[in-house]
Amino acid sequence: MNAKFTISFAWKNIIANKRRSFLTMLGMIIGVGSVIAIMAIGAGAESYVFSQLEVFGGNLVGVTPGASEEDGPPASVFGVVITTLTYDDTKEIGKIPHIMAVTPYVNGNMKVSYRDKVKNTDFSGVTSDFLEVENSKVALGRFILKDDNDSVVRNAVLGSGIAKDLFEEEDPLGKKIKIGQESFTVVGVLTEKGSSILSNQDDQIYVPVLTAQKILLGIEHISLIRAKIDEEKNISQVISVMNDILRNQHGLKSGMNDDFSVRSMSQALDIIGTVTGAISLFLGAIAAISLLVGGVGIMNIMLVAVTERTREIGLRKALGAKRKDIVSQFLVEAVMLTFVGGVVGIIGGSIFSYIVSIVVSYFGYRWDLIITMNSILISVSVATVIGLVFGIYPAYKAAKLNAIESLRYE
Amino acid sequence: MNSLIKVEDVQKAFPSGDGETQIVKGVSFEIEEGEFVAIMGSSGSGKSTLMYILGLLDKPTFGKYYFEGLDTGELDDDKLAEFRSEKIGFIFQSYNLLERTTVMDNVLLPATYLINCDIKKAREKAEILLEKVGLSHRLEYNPNKLSGGEQQRVAIVRSLINSPKLILADEPTGNLDSKSGKEIMGILQDLNNEGATIIMVTHEQQTAECAKRILTIKDGLILEDKKNGHRRLASNGDYNK
Repeated sequence: MNAKFTISFAWKNIIANKRRSFLTMLGMIIGVGSVIAIMAIGAGAESYVFSQLEVFGGNLVGVTPGASEEDGPPASVFGVVITTLTYDDTKEIGKIPHIMAVTPYVNGNMKVSYRDKVKNTDFSGVTSDFLEVENSKVALGRFILKDDNDSVVRNAVLGSGIAKDLFEEEDPLGKKIKIGQESFTVVGVLTEKGSSILSNQDDQIYVPVLTAQKILLGIEHISLIRAKIDEEKNISQVISVMNDILRNQHGLKSGMNDDFSVRSMSQALDIIGTVTGAISLFLGAIAAISLLVGGVGIMNIMLVAVTERTREIGLRKALGAKRKDIVSQFLVEAVMLTFVGGVVGIIGGSIFSYIVSIVVSYFGYRWDLIITMNSILISVSVATVIGLVFGIYPAYKAAKLNAIESLRYE
Repeated sequence: MNSLIKVEDVQKAFPSGDGETQIVKGVSFEIEEGEFVAIMGSSGSGKSTLMYILGLLDKPTFGKYYFEGLDTGELDDDKLAEFRSEKIGFIFQSYNLLERTTVMDNVLLPATYLINCDIKKAREKAEILLEKVGLSHRLEYNPNKLSGGEQQRVAIVRSLINSPKLILADEPTGNLDSKSGKEIMGILQDLNNEGATIIMVTHEQQTAECAKRILTIKDGLILEDKKNGHRRLASNGDYNK
């Protein structure tokens, strides 16, 4: 049969039963809409996480204490403190070519007070390279001096948030604050960086690493080393040199497992990408179930349509329609239902994603609306395939009808 | 003249209960091009079954049916469908127009099933034919807006759109009042005068008498096959006598 007529007849039949067609499509609309929305929100979340991590710059390598656990979470997750990493390790790593900056981290949380204001605050013991490693900038005063890296000085640099909390309009430079029971002099304030999913750097206080170890925490180890590497192509080479140096530093003989793990930021990004991808896939699979249910609904309604239009089928056969003409007529109708449902679903899902992006942005997060061509193509083709799969049975049922009996059907 | 169709001892039985019921018990006749034949019989006489066989919608259980010399028993379903769209025009008692489909699209429907359909040409032809039956102002109407007589006129135009060799009319006036019925018979007689071959199934004597030849069927057999000497002519107004 003439394709234009097949399509126009199918369209007329869909239009003729507007309410029924819409209800039939609803399954597809909801299914495709949720697939689109989930993929868009997943992509948005991923891009948000990446953008947060890229604040540090891409060419970062991190060293954490404890063996790298490919099979499960690191032991630190369970509260085990591993003390194998030291400030000396940091210094050795700093000698590797291509490393532009490296800083150790020791972290703690204490009550910080200025006059009558008290705030529970995270602090980090770092070195002067911190600024370059973290792409941070000083707004007031200065950061930890290179000369202070190896000495215990009671200087503190404040994040913009904690500076505001403690000093409000007052100039903090040169003022004395208390971290725990210890007295420190404020030497600088960092520029605002915005909150990230990892930590809120604006609410942190930075002190020299040895000061943090000896005065505040009373420990010898550090919890993290971060190094910035000049170019991305050198990362893998630097990591392997780092491994050798650390094994040597820790006196590990060949055959013994590493007691540290080295990860580049790009590896971390990969891991996060894998995790968010898996979550999106899982949610997408749930949404796909509603597509399946929608498909069953379409099959159901097409079977009703075949019964209702028995006389029409008989007439068409009498007038010269072949089996394949009847099959294609009902198939086109089913596919049209799912296709139109899919298109409406894409529009609905996109609108929903847009609303989500607006709401999330309203709460102060930088959120991109990402609706990929892929998710649209996948949705439309899945919708079409569902139309074909669930339309084929009713269509064949129609084609098998006997022309004479159908013509006499009341 | 060559015979257009030739029926040889055609029988048709339907399964019923344990055995089968013979509806058509062996009929033979020939129809030539340009004839206007009425197949007359009461309900249950087997005339409808015979018409479905003649229309290639059903196959005889015994006997041969030749169309233009071709043994139709050898055609498969798709070939039969092709044959129907090219060679046979159907007119039904209940019009059988598609609802929610314009007069024009209803008329074009058989053309869409032609293997090489030229919709543009078919549309031009439809316009001419619809004008001829006085419906040129109703092209874009849906059938439910038309009277019964108008609907049947659309159905007649539909049966003509592929220029068939044979027009099969099944009780074409059965659902119509006598005035509309007369109009329809007038159109059929005009078509016949222009050369169309028409087979009409009816149970009404008066309608049958519009044809040139009357085949009377009873209990699945031909009771009588006669030329109609006193043909009623719808155009002369003697249809309702």
